[in-house]
Amino acid sequence: MTEYNFAYLDEQTKRMIRRAILKGLTIPGYQVPFASREMPMPYGWGTGGVQVSAAVLTPKDTFKVIDQGADDTTNAVSIRTFFQRTAGVATTTATSDATVIQTRHRIPEEPLHEGQILVYQVPIPEPLRFLEPRESETRKMHSLEEYGLMHVKLYEDISRHGHIATSYAYPVKVEGRYVMDPSPIPKFDNPKLGDMAAIQLFGAGREQRIYALPPYTQVVSLDFEDHPFEASKADHPCGMCGATDSYLDELIIDDLGGRMFVCSDTDYCEARQAAGHKGKDAA
Amino acid sequence: MTPLLSVQGITKRYGAHIGCADVSFDLYPGEVMGIVGESGSGKSTLLNCMAGHLTPDAGQVVFDTRTDGRRDTITMSEPERRMLGRTDWAFVHQHARDGLRMGVSAGGNVGERLMAVGERHYGDIRDKATDWLGRVEIDASRVDDRPTTFSGGMQQRLQIARNLVTGPRLVFMDEPTGGLDVSVQARLLDLLRGLVRDLGLSAIIVTHDLAVVRLLADRLMVMKSGRVVEAGLTDQVLDDPQHAYSQLLVSSVLQV
Repeated sequence: MTEYNFAYLDEQTKRMIRRAILKGLTIPGYQVPFASREMPMPYGWGTGGVQVSAAVLTPKDTFKVIDQGADDTTNAVSIRTFFQRTAGVATTTATSDATVIQTRHRIPEEPLHEGQILVYQVPIPEPLRFLEPRESETRKMHSLEEYGLMHVKLYEDISRHGHIATSYAYPVKVEGRYVMDPSPIPKFDNPKLGDMAAIQLFGAGREQRIYALPPYTQVVSLDFEDHPFEASKADHPCGMCGATDSYLDELIIDDLGGRMFVCSDTDYCEARQAAGHKGKDAA
Repeated sequence: MTPLLSVQGITKRYGAHIGCADVSFDLYPGEVMGIVGESGSGKSTLLNCMAGHLTPDAGQVVFDTRTDGRRDTITMSEPERRMLGRTDWAFVHQHARDGLRMGVSAGGNVGERLMAVGERHYGDIRDKATDWLGRVEIDASRVDDRPTTFSGGMQQRLQIARNLVTGPRLVFMDEPTGGLDVSVQARLLDLLRGLVRDLGLSAIIVTHDLAVVRLLADRLMVMKSGRVVEAGLTDQVLDDPQHAYSQLLVSSVLQV
């Protein structure tokens, strides 16, 4: 622990990031620019999330990292080890025991409680980016609340596929004001964003933006009157724990078309199995 | 009758160079005004100043808004001006690519303005878009095709549909027929004339093509070096030009 400052970043940098976080919390959904640092990992591996986690971690925290819901994938393991080594904080895989959870692409199935912080890794924070390439213009659109373009994207989805085919990074409106990209979480998780007891922080390292949702914020997924938002998932029970209410990954298990569906949230699945629940594919 | 648009003393300088200087005129509801002149005469600068794309150095552009009556659009706040830009005003660019979203289907292009003013019913938006495609003679079966698959004339007509769908009262057109071949031009002009008459639109058309103004415009302004050198009824100016430059312009047209 002598070779690194606590949680890797120097104190001035953490102050700067905390200031951006506080600003983000006071203006829910607004993208706050911050001076993102080079981190000892490539962009796209969660440099934004890591910086936000580093800024909010305290020595007493218990840290959990999930990648697509799983605690045991490369990204999750490497970031967890990173903070074990540089901050010496306790780590866990149990959602309810963690005080800071860094996540990529999922919100844990188990409802979070007050006092917890959920940190998202965000690749592209600007929901309007693929429709309007100019940053100067998207900023103006945010400041003037011109969000018609966002519906053009949904319109295109329906005209091409017959339904809103956007299934992840589904745009939301925060407190009736800012349109926000919830990071590439499946739209199944969108309803959990609103009215959540935990603090939600979003960090985009390459794009140098931080935004946030304070607890119990109103978050509405955009839709059309005649094509309402629907939180969809694979229509199967989990093969391991039998859960019917969790988001599932589809696994190809042989080259004969065999497949199984399992919870993407490994902690949720394991806890259910430990409690005696069994799916049809469980050994 | 109150003018729909009242332009007073519009001046725009680019450093020492004059874009347009001291232009004033009134445009009444249902009237089509043509602005002609050679390249660099300041007609596009003037149009962009009026449409709020450029901020003039001096002058007023007073528009008779639906809600608050006559307002100077230059001193108006930006959100108000942009709102005007997607409701009561329309802007047809010379190049359809500038005015369309090339990556979005024809229906989405037409529907964008509707969604921008708060329309949130997919079925209604699509019906209106299909209706407008019909009005500009684009087959309804093309509603889900991207403009990249359209010909130049179709792109231009799509741009017009996209602009007129919210029922604007004033249309700014910057060389709407530029870059189209003559038979396509003729059809487009025919269509524009029909739409302007049917909808009772007011329009300001910037062009260097005298045939366009002859067909569409009620009144005409001739610009040279940033200044208006002659103004009057279209027939009057074209058949009996008074200013030397207008005479040159009229006599330059090739007779086939």
